[in-house]
Amino acid sequence: MEVTITINGTPVTSDVEPRTLLVHFVRENAGLRGTHWGCDTSNCGTCVLWVDGSPVKSCTMLAAQADGHEVTTVEGLEQGGVLDPIQQGFIECHGLQCGFCTPGMMMTGRWLLDNNPNPSEVEIRDCISGQICRCTGYKNIVASIQWAAEHPLTSEVTA
Amino acid sequence: MTAVEEVPLSAAGNPIGFGSMRRVEDARFVRGQGNYVDDVNLPGMLHSAILRSPHAHARIVSIDASAAEALPGVVAVITGKILEGIPRPSLLGDNFAWMPTLSYDTQAVLATDKVRFQGQEVAYVIAESRYIAKDALELIDVDYEVLEPVMDAKMALDAGAPIIRDDKGQTDNSITDVHGNKTWESGNAESTAAAIAAAKADPNCVVVTQEIMYPRVHPAPMETCGSVSYLDKVTGQLTMYTTTQAPHAHRTVYAMVAGLPEQKIRIISPDIGGGFGNKVPVYPGYVLSVIGTIVTGKPVKWIEDRNENLTSTGFARDYHMTASIAATKEGKILAVDVDVLADHGAFNGVAQPTNYPAGFFNIFSGSYDYPDAHCKVTPVYTNKAPGGVAYACSFRITEAAYVIERVVDCLAQELQMDPAELRLKNLLRPEQFPYTSPTGWEYDSGQYEKTMRVAMEMAGYDELRREQAEKRTRGEYMGIGISFFTEGVGAGPRRDMDILGLGMADGIELRVHPTGKAQLRLSVQSQGQGHETTFAQIVAHELGIPPEDIEVLHGDTDNTPFGLGTYGSRSTPVSGAAASVVARKVRDRARIVAAAALECAPDDLDWELGRWYVKGDRERGKTIAEIALLSHSSLELPEGVEGHLDATAVYNPPSLTYPYGCYICVVDVDPGTGQVKVRRFIAVDDCGTRINPMIVEGQVHGGLADGVGMALMELIAFDTDGNNLGGSFMDYLLPTAVECPDWELGETVTPSPHHPIGAKGVGESATVGSPAAVVNAVIDALSPFGVRHADMPLTPANVWRAIQGNAIRVDMAIE
Ligand code: FES
Ligand code: FES
Repeated sequence: MEVTITINGTPVTSDVEPRTLLVHFVRENAGLRGTHWGCDTSNCGTCVLWVDGSPVKSCTMLAAQADGHEVTTVEGLEQGGVLDPIQQGFIECHGLQCGFCTPGMMMTGRWLLDNNPNPSEVEIRDCISGQICRCTGYKNIVASIQWAAEHPLTSEVTA
Repeated sequence: MTAVEEVPLSAAGNPIGFGSMRRVEDARFVRGQGNYVDDVNLPGMLHSAILRSPHAHARIVSIDASAAEALPGVVAVITGKILEGIPRPSLLGDNFAWMPTLSYDTQAVLATDKVRFQGQEVAYVIAESRYIAKDALELIDVDYEVLEPVMDAKMALDAGAPIIRDDKGQTDNSITDVHGNKTWESGNAESTAAAIAAAKADPNCVVVTQEIMYPRVHPAPMETCGSVSYLDKVTGQLTMYTTTQAPHAHRTVYAMVAGLPEQKIRIISPDIGGGFGNKVPVYPGYVLSVIGTIVTGKPVKWIEDRNENLTSTGFARDYHMTASIAATKEGKILAVDVDVLADHGAFNGVAQPTNYPAGFFNIFSGSYDYPDAHCKVTPVYTNKAPGGVAYACSFRITEAAYVIERVVDCLAQELQMDPAELRLKNLLRPEQFPYTSPTGWEYDSGQYEKTMRVAMEMAGYDELRREQAEKRTRGEYMGIGISFFTEGVGAGPRRDMDILGLGMADGIELRVHPTGKAQLRLSVQSQGQGHETTFAQIVAHELGIPPEDIEVLHGDTDNTPFGLGTYGSRSTPVSGAAASVVARKVRDRARIVAAAALECAPDDLDWELGRWYVKGDRERGKTIAEIALLSHSSLELPEGVEGHLDATAVYNPPSLTYPYGCYICVVDVDPGTGQVKVRRFIAVDDCGTRINPMIVEGQVHGGLADGVGMALMELIAFDTDGNNLGGSFMDYLLPTAVECPDWELGETVTPSPHHPIGAKGVGESATVGSPAAVVNAVIDALSPFGVRHADMPLTPANVWRAIQGNAIRVDMAIE
């Protein structure tokens, strides 16, 4: 079947099997490999992206269900060569090690700040609790999101 | 050498040497531009999937793959029978159905005679897409004759137990190592037994014996294992993108397994999404992707599912330990004896130095001063997945640290002594270093009491004890747990330590370009540790070149020198030392070039960061960048001195380094539900010199989360039929941000005396040290109920059972 999904502002049309998962559409058909895949059971959150502005585990959704919708991925965070504060926060606070969970964590973190610009530590931990990081022990992920909350307008690109 | 030294900053604001700096790697990762194996797509690439056994133990009667072969889009179906028919001109086995393990055992690539664990590889499908490959698996018809499995290690050696390795002509389920040993002993059996017997007979002494299980867990990196292999039939070049922590060692193993010429094999380990020891062994899946490209002539990708990762690749631990500790009633430890039943699964695939078949478990005597220690490890085959050394274990020091720290707490409870006081009475003293342990390890340096006091101070230990006493009167159960661990990391030296005969030394190459910018080529492989940043800092420290001007290359065997890879916390102790040594070689060469340019003798020059200058005349000198250009110029150099500054080195460590630390955990236990809340966790690590403190702390944070996970929720259990009960993230629970507290970190710095920059390696310290702190805290909370021990994971159900006086075995499902 033919599916058209607008990804980071660009429509992508592909003929796919009805069972194609959104995560595979984004990675294989759109060629955007920043969204990862890490489990069979929708527990890990490495596949989190936004559908119509809300975080979704893209392994739990069919590409066909996203037909005609707007998807935003990690590749869509940087605007005009300027990193989003959430990206800068992860760099500043060492919020990543292997980087595999990072895109999903950043997408959730950005969404949280869009809806709650000054979250408490508990709110941040709660918000990312559907996602697993095996490297960082979460402390610096929390700090990264806090950094982004404190620097909403960063224009200083350091990496 | 220590953190207090003033380090100049580069134009980019980075320390020219040691200190926290942002990671070079992050620029690509935060943009989603990492390049993991599953991101690799080659033209014409095929996909593949593995059919796995649903049974733990069964004879294969027949395999009918015809329906799968007929499915449109399927390119080939490979079975063990087909592999058996391919002769192999190599040293290790005579056909492709079997491969060697890193412990000189054999493991089936695809099962031919029997399946020996649930999840074992049975057939391999290559197809045009991953979806089609998976569809084809459903169409393969395997007729199994189900056999009784051996699921309980304690019954593996019973007379009449089913024989697992009949392929090797075994008549029981014992494991024999390459030296012919069936048990692995260490320390002094007689003196330890005598000391324990004497203590038993002495009214002024006590002996405490406790069975302590370290259950089977799994490293479960977020990225599963996989590879993309391509054999170019014209050139004979095999290129393999693969999730490996040891690219060079893997290249050599593939050369041996596949009988391919090693000069034609190129292993590329791109970005790795976490390893933790899961990506050290060579798995059948990797080998199958190589066979797939040989068969099809096309690139073949194989990527594991999570279920495959959890059920078939390197698990960790599975040590059934019984420890006896003897001490005086004043709390002076006299002797410790540990007996271990080690469950190695169906193939002995443990990744560890050959001469250490139980890994470094025999460092279990720990951080304390006592003369007599002994352990005996009996390994057995069971119908479970192979592995054992993984999950940031520093070659089984996790098990060692856990058993000693747990049994010391049991002793404290028996003596009704504060566990901190008991530890302080027995810790090794600074003047005892270098200290030779009763099992023969030579600890390099430490200030144990100082580190412990820092931790107690940070925790507010006395205040916590007061709070606990007060809460108990109100029926609230708070626990405080301490662990003090010592690790030995950084294997080799070569003379003692090898894997499959490959000595554990690491090469390195430093190129200094004419403009003074440098490239450092590493043999070790980051899986998130930040090597591209920290190794540049080491060279910066030695040569004064800003870290941003040093490119660190790794993960490509064609472009880096040979070395054994990253596991056992060995990158900093071994390859980090190599970086320092190779930079010093460059510095020495630069001195000769500078002397020629300044028309003086090399001995007339002094070094300051980044430049050689004439003794007594600071103005007359040459920077390393100027010298680099001169080294390429027509400047006349002394007889025998070649141009250029490039250098190589191989670092063969003289000994291990011994990082250590003291951890304190505070928990609150709900006695009604058994729920454990980790309220605080204080971790004071001493890993010697800290190259990049930000990265060191990040490594510790990650390991502490591992500790909370293993202590409270992670478990690969089985039922008696052999079903793996931890095959998904719904069943194998990992800690999230909600279960982890806000880690409180401290440090002491005791440099290693034999490492060029005094660094000790820290990647696994927290995983090694933290489980005991959490468990000790929970048991401390439960002590009013008379609980002395309960095994991990301390899930609400297990805690509740322990409170009821009914602690259970965690490794087997209850009927
Ligand atoms: S891949 Fe794990 S939640 Fe989507
Ligand atoms: S950074 Fe490795 S899983 Fe989060």
